[in-house]
Amino acid sequence: MSTDTNAADADAAEATRDLTPDVVVVGAGPAGLRAATELARTLSGEVLVLEREREAGGIPRHSDHLGYGIRDLGRFVTGPTYARMLRDKATDAGATILTEAMATDWAGPGELMVTSPEGRLRVAARAVVLASGARERPRAARQIPGDRAHGVLTTGTLQNVVHLKNGTVGKRAVVVGAELVSWSAVLTLRHAGCRTVLMTTTHSQAESYWLFQRPGRLAFKTPVATRTRVTRIIGRPRVQAVEIEDLDTGDRRTVECDTVILTGDWIPDNELARAAGVTLDPRTLGPLVDTALRTDLPGIFAAGNVLHPVDTADIAALDGAAVARHVRSYLDGARPTRDGVRLEVEAPLRWVAPGIVRPGDPAPPRRRLLLWTDEYVRAPRVVLEQGGRVVARRRVLWPAAPGRVFRVPSDLLDRIDARGGTVTVRLDS
Amino acid sequence: MTSAPTGPGAPTYDVVVIGAGIVGSAIARTLAGYRLSVALLDARDDVGEGTSKANTAILHTGFDAKPGSLESRLVHEGYHLLGDYAAATGIPVERVGAILVAWDTEQVGNLPGLQEKAVANGYPHTEIIGAREVYRQLPHIGPGALGGLTVPGESIICTWTTNFALATDAVRRGAALLLGRRCTGVTVAEEATVLHTSAGDVRTRWVVNAAGLGSDVIDQHFGFDRFHVTPRRGELMVFDKQARPLVEKIVLPVPSAVGKGVLISPTVYGNVMLGPTAEDLTDRTDTGTSEAGLEFLLEKGRRLMPQLLQEEVTATYAGLRAATEFSDYVVEVDAEQRYLLAGGIRSTGLSSGMALAEHVRGLLAETGALELTPRDDLPDPPRMPNIGEASLRPYQDAARIADDPAYGRIVCFCERVTAGEIRDTFAGTIPPTTLEGLRRRTRAQNGRCQGFYCGAEVAELFETRAAAVTAEGQAHR
Repeated sequence: MSTDTNAADADAAEATRDLTPDVVVVGAGPAGLRAATELARTLSGEVLVLEREREAGGIPRHSDHLGYGIRDLGRFVTGPTYARMLRDKATDAGATILTEAMATDWAGPGELMVTSPEGRLRVAARAVVLASGARERPRAARQIPGDRAHGVLTTGTLQNVVHLKNGTVGKRAVVVGAELVSWSAVLTLRHAGCRTVLMTTTHSQAESYWLFQRPGRLAFKTPVATRTRVTRIIGRPRVQAVEIEDLDTGDRRTVECDTVILTGDWIPDNELARAAGVTLDPRTLGPLVDTALRTDLPGIFAAGNVLHPVDTADIAALDGAAVARHVRSYLDGARPTRDGVRLEVEAPLRWVAPGIVRPGDPAPPRRRLLLWTDEYVRAPRVVLEQGGRVVARRRVLWPAAPGRVFRVPSDLLDRIDARGGTVTVRLDS
Repeated sequence: MTSAPTGPGAPTYDVVVIGAGIVGSAIARTLAGYRLSVALLDARDDVGEGTSKANTAILHTGFDAKPGSLESRLVHEGYHLLGDYAAATGIPVERVGAILVAWDTEQVGNLPGLQEKAVANGYPHTEIIGAREVYRQLPHIGPGALGGLTVPGESIICTWTTNFALATDAVRRGAALLLGRRCTGVTVAEEATVLHTSAGDVRTRWVVNAAGLGSDVIDQHFGFDRFHVTPRRGELMVFDKQARPLVEKIVLPVPSAVGKGVLISPTVYGNVMLGPTAEDLTDRTDTGTSEAGLEFLLEKGRRLMPQLLQEEVTATYAGLRAATEFSDYVVEVDAEQRYLLAGGIRSTGLSSGMALAEHVRGLLAETGALELTPRDDLPDPPRMPNIGEASLRPYQDAARIADDPAYGRIVCFCERVTAGEIRDTFAGTIPPTTLEGLRRRTRAQNGRCQGFYCGAEVAELFETRAAAVTAEGQAHR
């Protein structure tokens, strides 16, 4: 390393101002706002929320359709309304929301460096809640070859362009993915006057999008190509077509379009967690937490879709409510036991969250274990194995479907030995 | 921006340099240091839009060039010239060093020859090391390395800032920047040469051809058929910044009979790069990526550094190199037509560019047909905005943010680009004309989300600013 680097490090730690809230929450999406609301209601010290965007509210701000607030607020509202409600509740409860404020580095344990128009801030809090959410993998991360064409967007960019900036997209879109967020993209495209000519999914089961299958097909007449993948983007400077491959036959064909929306394929925004030295769950790529949402660094907690990429906004918000309780007891001096067992999964399950169970710890948020499956399993039997023995088994009545979180009652965990060995979760049909 | 009239009464330049890549910009900058009227002409709407924008961004010592070649001498000299110039202008450079890693006995056997070659190229600082030392210095490379050759001088550099600095310097020295003018034909006459371009004729006494991928076509306009450019596509994969701790040095392949390997290199932006492939094309504009290319890189990467493949890919892109049938640069003067060719400049042109500019100046002086009187009123070299990770960036600079809150407003989260930096590009000597140009000047949208968060915001900022620049330009007319 050059001496320049050292100079940069030294200067980087220089701050205009020091802040010392009781709790700092990173990210003002549903999880962060709800956590801040609950904490501000009961703590005497300051609860500070850092939001790098211009406005608090997170992803729901630009999801301009109904379906928000069901489980946490008992309401059925649009994304932007929901975002506003969460923001108002946090402010009313006395939390400070700092927007255009990005936590960029750690200055020390639990001490964040923040860049904002108000200056470079050093924030030293007694506890930190990481609620930075998740993003969709862009084209490069999905390694889709072809031309460097304009008009290839993630759902996030699409909704930013259309709902926050009133921008326009093309006329004919191919939507890659057929999960919840994909249909959200279709709605946004329709709003922007762009027809979805095809949705593609690598999954084979039509049921993987059962929730939208009938209404989706009826309302939009959108054909879905199952068991296909996009193998090439064609067109310069703008997309003219995509090449798609039938995964079973290997046959390829091109579909004309001027817009490609890449949906799903989420990755947590884990940068700060990793920079702090928090152990990550290699499967979710988010921080590895126990059922009280503690990371392995004392005083650093995590909540929302940074832990489970991704569940719905209301579930993220309820994570926030839960983490607030656990942060309070941490501030009151409670410390976790060092014992605990690791939860692992077997295919077709991709991940489980939370990933650690400690003896005597509270149940996870909403008393649910969150799982992600890569294959559709109708009414599966969830099986927990520990030490080569089946310790719990439960048939559930709902399917495990790709593209959305599969939630299982956490009382299954009552049957494991939290001082024993690794627990493996699997699905039997 | 400098624009020049092209109709009747238009000036006759002393020299027009065709090609505003690194080589052309360096030549224009050098010549603008003399009492000459100079123009820098390019077919594209921005500087550095061709081969210069997508290379491996390594400042080469020239240790592995062909001894005795022009390339060897110019890379060797250019390494020092650009190193000094980078320090003066703030072009990001990190002196990380490189290790050529040998994976089989044939490659181990090639190391002493490479070391001798390095000495012949004026670089005596290499060292042959054993496997244990290779793993000490590169703990994350895959199993099976048998030894290596260290090249401590190899450095990483920002190729974009290099190009902008040289072109900005040229313009501030008085060179006219003539963008968006594709040269379609040439008429050489006694008094002046007329370059016929897509935006009108340009008159000049001398022409320097530094047109990169298009240099053979320009050469043909002067009646030559000396060489042919084959666009050689190099695909590259850029990994997430979280991979950067894996790679402290440039990991180079040892040339062998089996073929050319790929390299792994840190970048000055804090990423890790894997590549390039080498594939000859016919289309001189095809910068797309291919399925085979990406698969090839992944396969190589898995062996070179399996851990790297666990990290996210931030970007994949392809650059085109101007390969010719000659192994050396082709730099020749035709005094009769007042024409100089700087052709066959491969990716080493980044390192050699400034020395090549000196060489060109020397060749022009030798003809005696161009009077080269140094100017004593030259402006200082420009101070370029820092987009490298090794020095303080605006978002980290408490004093700067306190002075101007725009440097505290991060617009591109992944790359930590602020609204102040984006604004500044439009007030620069060569403002961006496209979003791509803005990316190369600031890094905005080059990060891991590729626009998921900031895509719409940056596009809006760009359009507002670009519209303001256009309106201002019209008001001045």
